[in-house]
Amino acid sequence: MDIPYVVQPRQDTGLYNAKLGIWLFLASEVMLFGALFSSYILLRVGAAPGAWPHGLLNIPIGTVNTLVLITSSITVVMAWASLKMNQFGRFKVFQGFTLLCALMFVGIKSYEYHDKFTHYEVILTDGTVVDGHLIERTKEHVVIHPAAKHGASNAADKSHGDAHAEVKIPVAQIKKIENYGPWHNTYLAIYFTLTALHALHVLGGALVIGYLWGPGSKMWKTDPERFTNRIEVSGLFWHFVDLVWIFLFPVLYLL
Amino acid sequence: MQPTTTHSHPAGTHEEHHEELGFWQKYIFSTDHKVIGIQYGITSLIFLFFGFSLITLMRWQIAYPNKPIPVVGHLLEKMLGTAAAGGVMSSDLYNAFGAMHGTIMVFLGVVPLAFAAFGNFVVPLQIGAVDMAFPRINMVSYQAYAVGGVIMLVSFFIPGGAAQAGWTSYSPLATLIPGEGQTVWILGMVFLITSSLLGAVNFIATIIQLRAPGMTWMRLPFFVWTQFVTAFILLLAFPPLEAAALMQLMDKVAHTSFFLPTGLAAVGGVAGAVSGGGSPLLWQHLFWFLGHPEVYVLILPAMGIVCEILANNTRKPIWGYKSLVYSLLGVGFLSFIVWAHHMYLTGMGTKISTFFQTTTMIISVPSVVILSAFFITLWGGSIRFNTPMLFALAFLPMFGIGGLTGLPLGFNFSDIHLHDTYYVIAHFHYVVAPGTIFGLMAGIYFWYPKATGRMMNEFWGKVHFWLSLAFMNLIFQPMFAQGMAGMLRRMADGGANYSLANTPNAIGGLSDSLIHRNASISHAAWALGLAQIPFIINFFVSMYNGKRVTSDNPWEATTLDWQTPTPPPHGNFTKPIRVYRGPYEYSVPGHPKDFTPQDQPS
Repeated sequence: MDIPYVVQPRQDTGLYNAKLGIWLFLASEVMLFGALFSSYILLRVGAAPGAWPHGLLNIPIGTVNTLVLITSSITVVMAWASLKMNQFGRFKVFQGFTLLCALMFVGIKSYEYHDKFTHYEVILTDGTVVDGHLIERTKEHVVIHPAAKHGASNAADKSHGDAHAEVKIPVAQIKKIENYGPWHNTYLAIYFTLTALHALHVLGGALVIGYLWGPGSKMWKTDPERFTNRIEVSGLFWHFVDLVWIFLFPVLYLL
Repeated sequence: MQPTTTHSHPAGTHEEHHEELGFWQKYIFSTDHKVIGIQYGITSLIFLFFGFSLITLMRWQIAYPNKPIPVVGHLLEKMLGTAAAGGVMSSDLYNAFGAMHGTIMVFLGVVPLAFAAFGNFVVPLQIGAVDMAFPRINMVSYQAYAVGGVIMLVSFFIPGGAAQAGWTSYSPLATLIPGEGQTVWILGMVFLITSSLLGAVNFIATIIQLRAPGMTWMRLPFFVWTQFVTAFILLLAFPPLEAAALMQLMDKVAHTSFFLPTGLAAVGGVAGAVSGGGSPLLWQHLFWFLGHPEVYVLILPAMGIVCEILANNTRKPIWGYKSLVYSLLGVGFLSFIVWAHHMYLTGMGTKISTFFQTTTMIISVPSVVILSAFFITLWGGSIRFNTPMLFALAFLPMFGIGGLTGLPLGFNFSDIHLHDTYYVIAHFHYVVAPGTIFGLMAGIYFWYPKATGRMMNEFWGKVHFWLSLAFMNLIFQPMFAQGMAGMLRRMADGGANYSLANTPNAIGGLSDSLIHRNASISHAAWALGLAQIPFIINFFVSMYNGKRVTSDNPWEATTLDWQTPTPPPHGNFTKPIRVYRGPYEYSVPGHPKDFTPQDQPS
């Protein structure tokens, strides 16, 4: 029993099965991320005037990450094209770069996450707010390094530079202390949900691409056409993951 | 195929490993679409029965509030502890059973049976394919479904019990109820959504790619069309629910406020320790964006089954095949833009209400076209009244009642009165229970001989049918009256708290006669349970003792599923299949027989 059109495209549709399958899967992915983007819009429109935070994220780092993903989009196509031209060695090189980019992206993203989780807002009993990175936390006191907000274009903010000294706050004076996790406000909630879901897609994609780059590439010797198809299908998924980021970057970092 | 797909085959595990697949590969880790279809079928029938059992227990609490449940009361207490202290169903337990009844019936019972079981077994056969396009993904789809089902069952036994906020899980209620029942519910849903996503991709790819030569789109049996549209609905409507579930999970676990507004007072009136800024309406929008298309996921496959059986047993072509197909596509598309008619009472604004009221009225047009075409098909046919046909025939008026009673709910002004009453319960149960489930029963009786090589018993089939029909109506018809009189759903005491007996002269209080109907409805529900016994026995006994079929095509049908050996082997067809004609060539003048199979050359 052989299932038809596993490798060769069906004439009237012009597609082999897996290619149609991945397009359908991507359609559902569009709905998944579409729902989250819609939620973002509804939450932002519904927020109290002035309540939606701006400039919490580091734009240069986000830009670098965007470039990393765009580069990986190019290499993933080059890898597939290399197979089409029967150059297995070049495929290995290009796809290796794709994997490297994926790891770099996740690395940079983790750095950004870490930055948020160590960023604290401390409300004192007298009402003042100290906002900055946590240096030390003991039973008696908390040490915060106040920092200018990322992305603030205000010249006055920049000129502060090292003028910020660490602030040592006794625990008794603290009314509330909370880091910039998803629980902090709705913006961070949707930021973490969207980017974490996206990062899971990056990891999933990297896992598949990595498998096809490593042990899975044995198929090149036995069934090169089917292997090339697999690379194409995983590449389509990878492009989708990149595309989601192309929407995420302006929505979360710039707007 | 051997009829035993469940657990009763320990002997064959080790032997014959070289010639045949072992027990595990053949029945548990099978990639054969027919085995997977039967796995889905039996599992979902068990879940249907379990979900039904939950409501039979709840009906006791409704009819006889706060009295110990006879027989199973102390068993419940042993299993669930204080939630059923003294054998009495507590309000918390009532809520949990209610939420899980809805969840199990919809996501673990009817959809897997209608879409996954029948679709898997029948669609590849009807389009002349050897299997599904992605057999291994098909297997994983069933496994994800099974895991999701187990998670839902386990949630009854965790501290605090199962989810209690209804199958709709409206936030903030769902988020603020203490206990982790809701978290486990979400986890289970993620598996079920994954399962249906994999199934949907597979079905669409199979129908587009693997149709036999000559099987053009307008030669597809209507059942395949319904599965095709259903798969698209599942593919596109489920992901937003997954997004919503992820956000609700974040609300539960990471203490975000996606659905929790600023200044929300938690249980006990204390302001909740949440950042706020969320929107309860957002959950409802995302939920019903799935929830309403889901209704069509429930009904469309049943329509497809009914269509096959009507054509076969009237010995006539289906009337208006093309208008059926186009109406179906219309229903599929429109089902995505009617969701907010579930939300008229939320105050989302009159303009939005007007829009959704309009689309809701429009979607009833293609639905009526489909039903009318079925009725006209009966005209002048020489009808064979076998069990599948009886169920299919009963589907028509039952679905008709369900559909027409939906119109007052689709109108904003009348929905304000009827919203959240027993009228709503009666309405959608007419669509799903005597509607869809009758369609599915028809399908089971119809394709049983193809799957097992034996017929189910006609006499007991008819007993099952007539009793089910009578009790279904005795259950749901009085609920229309209760609802119109203002009795609300989801009340653990069956409305006693609002009765005139409790508070004489209360405006809008429930009269004694209304309250007393609770008992008669409950009796009918329990009788409906008893009426399923002939079916259950018939289903299992016929595997071994049913009348053997003498031909591969015992119903003398035209579609390709009957042109295979019985039961169909791995790979389905013994010869290359080519299709020469439409799906319903019955009683064609000048032909020697009153049916002409699709693969018969002209």
